[in-house]
Amino acid sequence: MTDYRAPLHDIDFVLNRVCGLDRILSLPGYIEVDSSVVRDLMSEAARFMEEKVAPLNRVGDVHGVKRNADGSITTAPGFIEAYQAYVDAGWGAVPFDMGFGGGGFPWMVGVALQEILTSANMAFSMCPLLTQGAIDAIMHHGSEEQKMTYLPKMITGEWSGTMNLTEPDAGSDVGAVRTRALRQPDGTYLVTGTKIYISFGEHDMADNIVHLVLARTPDAPPGTKGISCFIVPKFLINPDGSLGRRNDVSCVSVEHKLGIHASPTCVLSYGDQGGAVGYLIGEENRGMQYMFTMMNQARLSVGLQGLSLGERAYQQALRYARERRQGRAPGAPAGESSPIIDHPDVKRMLLTMKVTNEALRRLTYWNAACIDVANHHPDATEREWAADLAALLTPLSKGWGTDMGVEMTGLAVQIHGGMGFVEETGVAQHYRDARIATIYEGTNGIQAIDLVGRKLGLRGGEVVKRHLDAIAEAATRVKKHPDLAEAAKALETSLQATRRATEWLMAHATDPLSMLSGATPYLRMLSTVTAGFLLAESALIAREHAAEVGESVVAERVASARFFCEQLMPASDGLVGAVTGDAQLLMSSI
Amino acid sequence: MKVIVCVKQIPDPATPGALDPSSNTLKRDGKLILDESDAYGVEMALQLVDAAGGGEVNLVSMAPNSETAGLRTALAMGAAKAVLVSDPALQGSDALTTAKVLAAAVQRLGGADLVIAATESSDGYTGTVPEQMAEVLGLPSVTFAKKVAIDGGVLKADRQTEAGYDEVTCSLPALISVTAGVVEPRYPSFKGIMAAKSKPVDEVKASDLGVTPVGWAGAGQTISNVAQAEARAAGEIIEDDGESFGKIVAFLEGLKVI
Ligand SMILES: Cc1cc2nc3c(=O)[nH]c(=O)nc-3n(C[C@H](O)[C@H](O)[C@H](O)COP(=O)(O)OP(=O)(O)OC[C@H]3O[C@@H](n4cnc5c(N)ncnc54)[C@H](O)[C@@H]3O)c2cc1C
Ligand SMILES: Cc1cc2nc3c(=O)[nH]c(=O)nc-3n(C[C@H](O)[C@H](O)[C@H](O)COP(=O)(O)OP(=O)(O)OC[C@H]3O[C@@H](n4cnc5c(N)ncnc54)[C@H](O)[C@@H]3O)c2cc1C
Repeated sequence: MTDYRAPLHDIDFVLNRVCGLDRILSLPGYIEVDSSVVRDLMSEAARFMEEKVAPLNRVGDVHGVKRNADGSITTAPGFIEAYQAYVDAGWGAVPFDMGFGGGGFPWMVGVALQEILTSANMAFSMCPLLTQGAIDAIMHHGSEEQKMTYLPKMITGEWSGTMNLTEPDAGSDVGAVRTRALRQPDGTYLVTGTKIYISFGEHDMADNIVHLVLARTPDAPPGTKGISCFIVPKFLINPDGSLGRRNDVSCVSVEHKLGIHASPTCVLSYGDQGGAVGYLIGEENRGMQYMFTMMNQARLSVGLQGLSLGERAYQQALRYARERRQGRAPGAPAGESSPIIDHPDVKRMLLTMKVTNEALRRLTYWNAACIDVANHHPDATEREWAADLAALLTPLSKGWGTDMGVEMTGLAVQIHGGMGFVEETGVAQHYRDARIATIYEGTNGIQAIDLVGRKLGLRGGEVVKRHLDAIAEAATRVKKHPDLAEAAKALETSLQATRRATEWLMAHATDPLSMLSGATPYLRMLSTVTAGFLLAESALIAREHAAEVGESVVAERVASARFFCEQLMPASDGLVGAVTGDAQLLMSSI
Repeated sequence: MKVIVCVKQIPDPATPGALDPSSNTLKRDGKLILDESDAYGVEMALQLVDAAGGGEVNLVSMAPNSETAGLRTALAMGAAKAVLVSDPALQGSDALTTAKVLAAAVQRLGGADLVIAATESSDGYTGTVPEQMAEVLGLPSVTFAKKVAIDGGVLKADRQTEAGYDEVTCSLPALISVTAGVVEPRYPSFKGIMAAKSKPVDEVKASDLGVTPVGWAGAGQTISNVAQAEARAAGEIIEDDGESFGKIVAFLEGLKVI
């Protein structure tokens, strides 16, 4: 066992009190259970991840993966066994459709499990994560036969999945994909081309790998409108469901990386021997649309990586700060060195980490709850609003979540001083691992562009307006509590700045240069004020339920809300200038 | 085959425990979890029933406040049902009373081919409850088992001793205490946890079992004093000068481990 302990108290609070787990569980289509079952699931899952998966985190970092001469990949010691235990325990099945062997739980519960799994071992978690993305795509757009063939084994985890978008000349610009797919007389396709950076594109943990591949048919229109999506299994499936011959796809190399060393990042070559057999999902040329339906969930999952690493790094930093003695803190007896946690500056770093993690947990779980309502609410109007709100929150979860992941793991390194920079303590690994999350699944630059370009305009701006109005309404409630009055004032100030930035962007909707220039600072503004809102709301909820949650939880919630709103949030107000500033200055410099 | 496992539910060892200053006994007001020592017994029982080609694993537990969290873990691992004895009157029970209560719970379940307990619990570690239960139940008692099998209706165990181990055979029914590490306990699966929710837990009071007197009144032992444990002394650091292996060998010999 390592020292990582899943923060079950806060997870429980967020699921039940902030995000209304009972209400979500009661939506049609989910398994009929009460929230106590979820509590049991979380505590057993936590024990499994802490004891079985977390200890491999460092092992994976040190050993990495090895590509063998035959193109196979050997994962780090212990990974095969831990993955088998993960499959046996069935954790991957929890948030999926019961019709295919899933647990029938809300996505939000899956997200909570994912937080713990990712904290335990981010590189390991990439395998289930990519599988989840592939399941999602097949579930929504595959034929009945495809679902029956692939989903049950992918949901158990016996087979893993991948997402093959990226090519050397098609990264952020997915529309530039060049991999080709030729229709055969029997209705299958022959796929040829090279995909790069494919996570878990080849490995030794699962019996089969189901690749989802974006490619073009010969007569496809250019750009994103000409992309189709194919299932290309590593081993073809016999009619009786058993594994057949090896498909024409191979791992030609594996990357050496800054972080997530245990997650194989592969160059996959399709069709070296004539073509890999692929099966079209849905219709030709609609692949991009299909990707979009799963994008919210995949991006949310990556946003969660920021939280997961921030949390693990926080726990480690807190422990270190209690043990390491250096200098004399204010008020400490003379001649004695103090634990560094007693130094106000170290406390500030720790508290910044703690409340930022709490904010991210609230943002990402709420985002998941919106996805659940969007997929399961009986009322169409409710569903559509929830879908739009989820769409608005997703770039915040992904962009801000992973930016914070880098900043918070950076603070953990800082708290360790020199020991943070040497590899021995393991804290540097979290920082290195966190770095990828701002890049893949759409870089954070692309997230910001998505926010200002697509999401602000949803329903003519009505979606973001409702969100900001909800924050204003919360601020008036928060103001009534004397101990939170300063926090409420700060929330109103930040809201004002964010409204100004929002209105400016809306007014420049037809001026792409201005919109795109302000995108990233705007994403941070909107995320930060949303985080302040969620923490303030949490304080009110705790107070309202003081009898059940206890006074110490109320005090903790109030302190978090105050620190974030009074001391962290105001820094982002100043970004309004960056949003509305002179875009020409930006473009003409350098 | 039917195996009954004693399952103690204890405060989470990760959160520091505290003594109730009025009684000098452990405070047990927070959430309790399955004692890891008993996870081995549960796993052992599941494997023995599996090897026998069928049967059932049942659980008995005595715990305050109707606590079932630890039982649910054991049920999620695969046990079929449980008897929980939870009763404010049990407050102040010593090890013998505990043994009497658990023995009565075993009888309530109709007895078993084999009763399994851990050699000692992680929080109390008196290490006498299993033997006392065997006496109360009139069963042969096999202790400190590090390996257990059942072959043709006979219990075969390797019993840990200071010098090595004894090979013990014993007729059934019997009661056996197993050491940590006897088998590798499984983690409850998602499906197991879901199934455990609907498995029966029969909650009873001491009086339902006909055990009296219990609690402080029934205790033959008293707690006369508690003292702070001695602080752990700092370890000795041996600088390697090329010959330090000699010192390490001498140290290990001093501990009588080699
Ligand atoms: C470890 C790892 C794992 C990965 N796993 C997978 C996987 O499993 N499947 C998969 O398909 N891909 C995967 N990727 C690829 C990843 O999604 C891409 O690297 C990412 O989308 C960025 O593409 P790029 O590397 O080509 O960068 P580029 O697109 O070249 O971007 C470079 C910079 O330019 C900016 N930029 C680019 N275009 C624009 C624009 N239009 N406007 C503003 N800024 C822009 C970007 O924000 C970025 O800062 C993985 C990558 C890594 C490193
Ligand atoms: C006078 C006196 C008063 C006490 N009062 C209290 C009190 O008020 N509250 C309190 O918490 N403790 C109290 N104790 C301690 C308590 O009696 C013992 O902890 C308990 O009886 C069992 O001891 P143990 O765990 O050390 O047993 P061990 O002999 O170390 O246990 C061995 C194995 O027996 C089984 N087993 C033991 N206890 C149980 C159980 N309860 N349920 C299921 N299986 C079990 C388990 O398999 C365990 O691993 C008191 C002790 C004394 C002497």
